Amino acid sequence: MKTTHLLEAEQIKSGYENKTVVHGVDLIIPSHKISVIMGANACGKSTLLKTLTRLLKPLYGKATLDGTPIDQLQPKQLARILGLLPQSPIVPEGITVADLVGRGRFPHQSLLGGWTKEDTKAVAEAMDIMNVTELANRPIDELSGGQRQRVWIAMALAQQTDILFLDEPTTFLDITYQVEILDLLTDLNQQYGTTIVMVLHDINLSARYADYIFALKQGKLIAEGDPSDVITSGIVKEIFGLDCTVIKDPISDAPLVIPKGRHHVKNEMRIRSSISSE
Amino acid sequence: MNNTSSLEMISTGRRQRRLRGMAVTSLLALLACVLSVSMLLLGNTIYSISDVIRVLFGEQVQGVSFAVNTIRLPRMLAGLLAGFAFGIGGCVFQTMLRNPLANPNVIGITSGSSAGAVFCIIILQADRMVISVASVVAGLATVIVIYLLSRGKVFSIGRLILIGIGLQAMLDAFISYFLLVGAQQDIPAALRWLTGSLNGTQMHELPPLIFTVLFFTPIVILLGKQLSILELGEQSAISLGVNTDKTRLGLILGSVCMIAIATATTGPIAFVAFLSGPIAKRLVGAGFLSLVPAGLVGVNLVLAADLLGQFAFDYRYPAGIITAIIGAPYLIFLLIHMNRKGDL
Repeated sequence: MKTTHLLEAEQIKSGYENKTVVHGVDLIIPSHKISVIMGANACGKSTLLKTLTRLLKPLYGKATLDGTPIDQLQPKQLARILGLLPQSPIVPEGITVADLVGRGRFPHQSLLGGWTKEDTKAVAEAMDIMNVTELANRPIDELSGGQRQRVWIAMALAQQTDILFLDEPTTFLDITYQVEILDLLTDLNQQYGTTIVMVLHDINLSARYADYIFALKQGKLIAEGDPSDVITSGIVKEIFGLDCTVIKDPISDAPLVIPKGRHHVKNEMRIRSSISSE
Repeated sequence: MNNTSSLEMISTGRRQRRLRGMAVTSLLALLACVLSVSMLLLGNTIYSISDVIRVLFGEQVQGVSFAVNTIRLPRMLAGLLAGFAFGIGGCVFQTMLRNPLANPNVIGITSGSSAGAVFCIIILQADRMVISVASVVAGLATVIVIYLLSRGKVFSIGRLILIGIGLQAMLDAFISYFLLVGAQQDIPAALRWLTGSLNGTQMHELPPLIFTVLFFTPIVILLGKQLSILELGEQSAISLGVNTDKTRLGLILGSVCMIAIATATTGPIAFVAFLSGPIAKRLVGAGFLSLVPAGLVGVNLVLAADLLGQFAFDYRYPAGIITAIIGAPYLIFLLIHMNRKGDL
């Protein structure tokens, strides 16, 4: 079982040159759970994720791990606890799957030390979990999008961190692969207790797969908690400006958001919606 | 789960890649030795190996001692060290910026160092030490100017390369101007600063190059592991625990110093920094750090080009002309290839 950690954001304001995107967020990442950061485009969810993983220095406030600000920890030491799969990682030309996954071992290697049996074991395990062992000696360039994404997650797993951040791991994937990736991440969380934090675009998949949801609006945390408490028509309207009905997902009992646009809305639903909005 | 077989698959793959890398590195080193020895044996008169060995061990051999000690040995050492410096330095830039075009030959760093050296030699009539320092300073200044000019809202490698090419054209114009006002400079000297050459290298010019290569090579190789993580992009590198700013600074300082001092000694031997990395990568395959192989490819390119230039034609050509003949078509090929792939 992975170690329990306290990863905390205190009063974080962050952003880019003269443009603050995250306006004072306090949060604690629940250990051994799957959390999803949710919000509309440009609400600061990726920026918050980058600040929590020290890709971005906060303009104000701090992110702390077990009480120590993350930028004061040794980079390699932090990299053994906290891993991140960025939104669009870069594949060096011609590199094979096993070699790429092996690069996840970097924080465990010393300056002069070479590759160890421990490293091979970690890589094999990560590839088995993500089901890419068969591809071990194939070049990444030849793989499909879904396979590639599993390889990247395998690299993050070879890093053997207790906490794993993923920035939109399912974007650009077919629905089949989206579900496959989320299932594999859930396996990982249940078998090893890895704390998972991700940004996801799809509200319904978030509602089903998350144990905990952080809802962001214009850089502020407006709701957090269990998906069934956070994903309500009121909060969805507030975050996305979208009218909707929330029902129980018949498969998982998680909340399921049914959007209501201007067209294709049955008459009786129109009336209901005008009543409920008053 | 079939863990033993996956363990085996991974170790076998690793072993194969390592074996190939080591085999290629050894062969390149062997070829470099053969070429170095040929440099000592061949010339207007061909000497026997035993004569050359006796001379190298300090014996006086009538006729042989002078030619080997004052002409052939410095020429060979200059080619060996400069080739290695160009090869490894070029490969560092290409890997760090993830683009074979982003190398010191194309983006003007070698031209910057040349301009610095030529200015000191022709205008200031300065001594060796000043020339070495000036070429390093000019090389680093070129990097800084490229960095400042190409820094936009979003970093774009295409913009960096275009700015580098423009800067190179400008610096080459400075070099031509210095050579023109230097008037009495003879044509071979001018050629050295335009394409690079081992002609007339003297022993007393070599210490800065020897020191720089011996000092910076281990540093750059040690940073190689970080470099291969940096290849995965800034964000992945940071989350894997690489101190990206420090690593980049170390790599740039190390490779620019090596390239600049090599340029100050032999002139900018055309395209060696550009060709070595891609050739080495192709030979060793992905997944084996190709810095040392790139350095060795650089050595082989320079020595082979010098031998060809000396003996293959009726007229003696400097090494840089020969490497330019190989390098220029490759540059065109790469531009077409990258344009098709949409990398440009």
